[in-house]
Amino acid sequence: MAQSTVEIATTKPRPMSLSWLGVMPFLIFALMFLILPAGYLVIGAFQTPDGSFTLQNIANLNQPTIIRAYRMSIAISAASALLGSLLGFALALAIVLGKLPRWVRPMLMTFSGVASQFAGVPLAFAFLATLGRTGLVTALLFNIFGINIYRYGFNLLSFSGLTITYLYFQIPLMVLILTPALDGLKREWREASSILGASTWQYWRMIALPILWPSLLGAFMLLFANSFGAIATAYALTGSSLNIITILLYAQIRGDVLHDPNLGYALALGMILITGISNGIYIWLSSRTGRWIR
Amino acid sequence: MKESRLFPWLGVIFGATYFLVPLIATFEFSLRMERGRYSFEAYRIVLADPYFQASFGYSAVIAVCTILVGIALSVPTAYVVQLKLPRLRPVVEFITLLPLVIPAIVIVFGYLRMYNSSSWLPLTSSARGTDLLLTFSYVTLALPYMYRSVDTGLRAIDVRTLTEAAQSLGSSWPRILLTVILPNVRVAVLSGAFLTFAIVIGEFTMASLLNRPAFGPYLQRIGANRAYEPAALAIIAFAITWACMGLINLFAAMGRQTQRR
Repeated sequence: MAQSTVEIATTKPRPMSLSWLGVMPFLIFALMFLILPAGYLVIGAFQTPDGSFTLQNIANLNQPTIIRAYRMSIAISAASALLGSLLGFALALAIVLGKLPRWVRPMLMTFSGVASQFAGVPLAFAFLATLGRTGLVTALLFNIFGINIYRYGFNLLSFSGLTITYLYFQIPLMVLILTPALDGLKREWREASSILGASTWQYWRMIALPILWPSLLGAFMLLFANSFGAIATAYALTGSSLNIITILLYAQIRGDVLHDPNLGYALALGMILITGISNGIYIWLSSRTGRWIR
Repeated sequence: MKESRLFPWLGVIFGATYFLVPLIATFEFSLRMERGRYSFEAYRIVLADPYFQASFGYSAVIAVCTILVGIALSVPTAYVVQLKLPRLRPVVEFITLLPLVIPAIVIVFGYLRMYNSSSWLPLTSSARGTDLLLTFSYVTLALPYMYRSVDTGLRAIDVRTLTEAAQSLGSSWPRILLTVILPNVRVAVLSGAFLTFAIVIGEFTMASLLNRPAFGPYLQRIGANRAYEPAALAIIAFAITWACMGLINLFAAMGRQTQRR
């Protein structure tokens, strides 16, 4: 069977086989450095150390440290995605429909492009210099208004601090995703609805938002996954003191803090599921929106 | 219908504030190293630090390798998919989106298990092997952006006609790709390349877990041990990101101009 295929390929070099040759490096690369490594962990999550099938690793996820880490990660991701979506949506609305001078839009879009990529360790440094204990804004608030935000329970190395920090790239990302969607709202729809006697409110509720909601929800999902998988900013801000799932997994990879390698695989599987579902919804929704917004 | 412009302006002012205040604060902080006066002392110390130079140089080399491998994988694949194998498009697009689905830390966790010193392909047992693995991990990280950029570029040109013209003049396949297709999508390839550079240069997770002396782990170490140098480094990192994005915009504008002509 194998021999006959080789024979056909050598005696009759069809363009078909040549084009498969062109995508082979890509497919092999994806298999070796993307699919198999992830698959290895997924399979490992259902194995005992000696290789037999088990569900015990998944059951072992149910311990306070791990549950708290997942919960904290989900809370921070949801909060930064929700606030990022709302603020980013408002900003995108202002950019597209605000009738602002023409220089505003390219400037804000460039800012957004830069800020959405400005993450990781340097972002942590920037927010330490801004809202840390000796940060500029902390000092200004204290010197001008007499407000010590740290006395009121604010802490940069916590849920609220990390959420505010993540918003620095979440808001611009939302602006970048939503601006094209808002551009797709046709002026005629607005005109047609006002001719038919609709108010601005009715136009938004019955026309614009139904068209926009897949983009909005999809972008929310992308933002959620974006911060769920992030680690560098949180690690540089808090060291390993903040118990979020990526930092826990990092510690597990470095030093097996859970004392159970296969539990580490189950931890990774849980992360893949969460980012997979949220990104899956984003990808599905963004393929749907293509129909309206063109 | 005269609408109030108050709210749009408030939105823009809020956005600009959120964007600028941390930068101003970081810059101000980075100048405070010497007691009682502003100076660039922190920058001087950082730039003179041999570890800074070494780690930045290392990350820059890895970034260039990442870009080359990324182009070598994306351009032929997107080209073949568009020209010969359109039914493969959903599969390929799904694969290019996978790095968004699988967090970076999980990918590198898989590498450490699959390619460790006792595996069938012990890449992590030598420094060069680990460098290779780090490069490949960055290729996967940048794949969604690189592939999408190249694919968009290819859709904007008439791939079929260009290919047939080159073929009828007797070009071989490698030559078509290198001298006909690649120059025509150079703007797209360059913007993918600079985005890759911006992503890779300060990346922390993968370099740290693979134990390579890259810029990201260096940044983290300085952040844990020093006070003013991190702020200076954040400003430098921001300048690099800004430069990459600026170059992308510049090339995009140049591309539009050549198309109009």
